[in-house]
Amino acid sequence: MKTKHIPFLFIFALVSCGESISPVDSGLDAQILHFGNGSEPQGLDPHIVTGVPEHHLLISMCEGLTIANPKGGENLPGVAESWKISPDGTTYTFYLNKNAKWSNGDALTAQDFVWSWMRILTPSLGSQYPDMLYYLKGAAEFHQGKTDDFSTVGVKAINDHELRVELNNPTPFFIRLLSHYSTYPVHKETVLAHGSIDDRNGLWTRPGNFVCNGPMNLKSWELNKQITVEKNPLYWDADKVQLNEIRYYPVSNESTEDRMFRAGQLHVTNVVPLEKCPVYIENNNPNLRIEPYMGTYFYRVNTLHPVLKDKKVRLALAYALNRNQIVDKVSKCGQKAAYSFTPPGSAGYEPDTEIPFDPTLARSLLAEAGYKDGIDFPVLEILFNTQEGHRKIALAVQQMWQENLGISVQLVNQDWKVYLAREMTGDFQISRAGWIGDYEDPNTFLDTLRPNRGNNKTGWENEEYDQLLELANSTNEQSLRYEYLMQAERLLISEMPIIPIYTYVRQYQLSSDVKGWYPNLLDTHHPKFIYLER
Amino acid sequence: MLQVILKRIAIAIPVILIVASLTFFLVRMAPGGPFDAEKVVPPQVMKNLNAVYNLDAPLIIQYKDYMFNLVQGDFGPSFRYPGRSVTEMIFTGLPVTFELAFYAIIVAMIIGSLAGIIAAVKRNTLLDYIPMTIAMIGICMPTFLLGPLLVLYFGIHLEVLPVSGWGSLAGDKILPSITLGAAYAAYIARLSRGGMLETLSQDYIRTARAKGLPEYKVIINHALQGGLVPVVSFLGPAVAGLIGGSFVVETIFQIPGLGRFYVEAAFNRDYTMILGTTIFFSTLIIFFNLLSDIAVLLMNPRARSEA
Amino acid sequence: MSQGSSLWSDAWRRLLANKAAVAGGIILLILIFLAIFAPWIAPHSYSYQNLELGAQPPSGNFLLGTDTLGRDLFSRILYGARVSLLVGFVATGVALVIGVSWGIIAGYFGGRIDSVMMRIVDVLYGLPFIIFIILLMVIFGRNIWLLFGAIGAVEWLTMARIVRGQVLTIKNQEYVLAAQAMGVTNIQMFRKHIFPNILGPIAVYATLTIPQVMLLEAFLSFLGLGIQPPMSSWGTLIRYGVESMEEYSWLLIYPGLTFTITLFALNFFGDGLRDALDPKISSD
Repeated sequence: MKTKHIPFLFIFALVSCGESISPVDSGLDAQILHFGNGSEPQGLDPHIVTGVPEHHLLISMCEGLTIANPKGGENLPGVAESWKISPDGTTYTFYLNKNAKWSNGDALTAQDFVWSWMRILTPSLGSQYPDMLYYLKGAAEFHQGKTDDFSTVGVKAINDHELRVELNNPTPFFIRLLSHYSTYPVHKETVLAHGSIDDRNGLWTRPGNFVCNGPMNLKSWELNKQITVEKNPLYWDADKVQLNEIRYYPVSNESTEDRMFRAGQLHVTNVVPLEKCPVYIENNNPNLRIEPYMGTYFYRVNTLHPVLKDKKVRLALAYALNRNQIVDKVSKCGQKAAYSFTPPGSAGYEPDTEIPFDPTLARSLLAEAGYKDGIDFPVLEILFNTQEGHRKIALAVQQMWQENLGISVQLVNQDWKVYLAREMTGDFQISRAGWIGDYEDPNTFLDTLRPNRGNNKTGWENEEYDQLLELANSTNEQSLRYEYLMQAERLLISEMPIIPIYTYVRQYQLSSDVKGWYPNLLDTHHPKFIYLER
Repeated sequence: MLQVILKRIAIAIPVILIVASLTFFLVRMAPGGPFDAEKVVPPQVMKNLNAVYNLDAPLIIQYKDYMFNLVQGDFGPSFRYPGRSVTEMIFTGLPVTFELAFYAIIVAMIIGSLAGIIAAVKRNTLLDYIPMTIAMIGICMPTFLLGPLLVLYFGIHLEVLPVSGWGSLAGDKILPSITLGAAYAAYIARLSRGGMLETLSQDYIRTARAKGLPEYKVIINHALQGGLVPVVSFLGPAVAGLIGGSFVVETIFQIPGLGRFYVEAAFNRDYTMILGTTIFFSTLIIFFNLLSDIAVLLMNPRARSEA
Repeated sequence: MSQGSSLWSDAWRRLLANKAAVAGGIILLILIFLAIFAPWIAPHSYSYQNLELGAQPPSGNFLLGTDTLGRDLFSRILYGARVSLLVGFVATGVALVIGVSWGIIAGYFGGRIDSVMMRIVDVLYGLPFIIFIILLMVIFGRNIWLLFGAIGAVEWLTMARIVRGQVLTIKNQEYVLAAQAMGVTNIQMFRKHIFPNILGPIAVYATLTIPQVMLLEAFLSFLGLGIQPPMSSWGTLIRYGVESMEEYSWLLIYPGLTFTITLFALNFFGDGLRDALDPKISSD
């Protein structure tokens, strides 16, 4: 029967049109990088977005005053080619590169930064990162609506290429902070041509409209499929840029992404699937990358809970966990056990806190708190967002507390939004949490547990801790500053409002064709340094 | 028949409105809002965000506004993707899902009907048992099992087909279409076999055979129509199932279709996107049910009088 | 009535002659037995993690191997049987209760009641239930009773249609009309004539709905919305298996095989029942 042949013709037709050379192979000559980017980005407005996929896109298309050094260490010049800091550390003068241009040819001036920072601090815009600029004089007051005169804020354009910034305190990490996308400039005429300064829904970020100042330009954006950026010839450092194009794929399913990489469809992935990591480690997979990441995986404790408000209970819970077993047998992807809140090695900071795995000590602490052998101890809940990795760790923790303390806990997983809502409203007892640094300095961690910080969520408010951090932020001298911070860290660990579990690593696969890519604590890989070579 | 169609359409409209209202209130009851993020949103920022999206008005007012816009065809802005409207997103994802479903149905109908008809004609022989067993496997195997298996074999082991994408690489539409169509091919095989068997046992078939007509003519001229009727009437529910199946296939194969948008919107609490997609899918299903009912009526005069 | 009983024994005979159906039925009985007695049969706890052990292929101590947390796969499959079969039976039960009552009322009383009730069914048929289920699961969390209810609510429609169709056919039979003329009450009518005759299609359809339900649960588990740990259904086991199918293939093969065989058994048995009860097509 002739109709039988139709399926085969169908398949034949679909297969035979088009090349069969893999994207990784063809990308080599054309210098096109294929990048697995996790999830579909929310948008491209640096003053509105909050996530990592957006971060990857924004560092390729825009640039701040400084850029992170791919090999780590102090930031490199970005739009600012040099800067001067006053002796007391509160006044910064940035000298902007006179060749800095917008992608449409307009010159980039200091006034652009003033306007852009005004935009992110405009309350009606609803940015979720305004506190990155709170270090500026008057910024918090402007953002909280106490004044609507932006000239009270400590940023001024002295002339077209000189920007003066005044801070509340000497903020030693300020230069590093300036590579974060929330401080990026935006092109005033473009933004206003498509909406007002505080219009979140303006179409200025669409391909064809989007204007920015980075090494790449937005070429096309196919929703949920692919975002393509191409080399920007007007970038001030354009002759250093070797890539011609980057294609970002929003692959949210880890297994699919893994398969795409193995089939030569991606140069770099966003993650490695949980199950594959130990196997790749064992087989010495040359494409596997496991690199320290400035992040801590911890359990947040609600210190307002009647049982958990006793420090002894919290310490008991912390001492009853075998962190080594968790990283070796559960997460199994090169993570390191964490004995401090701030990851060690961040900008030379090495906390000296310890959390022993000592079931005997843990039990005696629990007994002192009045729950000998776990009797009368209520069944607590571990809250986490639905994800295999979190579940596995929670299961291990559950078993360890059962065996070592005699207490039972219940595992409750919710999807992401519900989990966030519950954490925010304090509707939890113990919840799984993770914190990634926004810039390379211990302050980005320790600051979050100060009283009245929205990200605290533990109910723990300690005067002495607050004061130590205040002291640390008012000195410019590194070693003194770190001394204060270490004291704060010791205090934190002795109170244990959060139970550190492990330090994050970035695990992903990278094709050997990719060069100019260095391990980086904040996982920032500026496209301007990357090229493809075999 | 026109009357039947008009009546059905007249009922469909209030149904869609009820669906919209139901979904509206259901979604709002959910804990967790569209703007919750890991880094806590300062209260005044939250206030501003809620004001921009009209989330601080009383629920009834929001409902009224939404319905009013809906009737004019405006689904509102996406909460999660600033600057994008729901309509835009639906019409970006829809063609892709349509194309996927279309290929899947073609695969299912061709393979399924052929298998079913052959099985019916060669009843109780090997040509009956083998296709029907394969069909059974198709029904019993979850899509999320079949998909990865196919990818593993054809994409990674044999390296002849791409493992993901839609329209980016040659041949990347094959595996998803087959994966999605497989379960339906199986159902259609069984349905057409059943319909075929029933038709073959009718009197007029016996008459045709008695008259000396060659067997293949008997099948093509008389039996085929009867064998295909159940398949056509299955199309309506099939579309409904395909929408669900597309979620899985689109996730496994990274296809930018409406199904994937929907699942993400649900998890992200993108209220307007959830509503828009639900309403859209409902309308689609109602439409396809109507189409398939009409097709059945056209093909089977007896059913017409029963209508 | 003698007519009724010989119909049943005829059907029984036909069923027994259908080898596939018999095999299916036996497998089902074995599975149900294993599921009920799982706590006594399972060699290990289904949740105890032996972290040091990790994923191991089948060996003496662990009949079907262990998963990445060192949990015994055989025990997990046994307990998974309980969960999956429970979901299957209960959700189908929910669908049965709603669908059968609906169909009987619509079919028996006929007229406007029938019209309205079936119109509602038609309308509901057109709704994307999958979407609602996903939404319900996402919004209200994963409550196992909600799961049963939601799945049942999707499947009752066809049941209602079939039952109603059957009731209509029976209602118009001569003996029923005669009985009505003789003044038999509704309840007696129902008990003696209608009920025995719809039992067949109900049994068939219920048996065929169970695998649908199980697939639906597996689908929800794939999206992360189905049965929640520590309970694991076969759907969740398969999902984990797919994730590690290249490295630890036994984690996929054994649950996958068990799931597929069960569904096969249910489908063959259901088909057999249908063929046995429907005299038209069974002219072997």
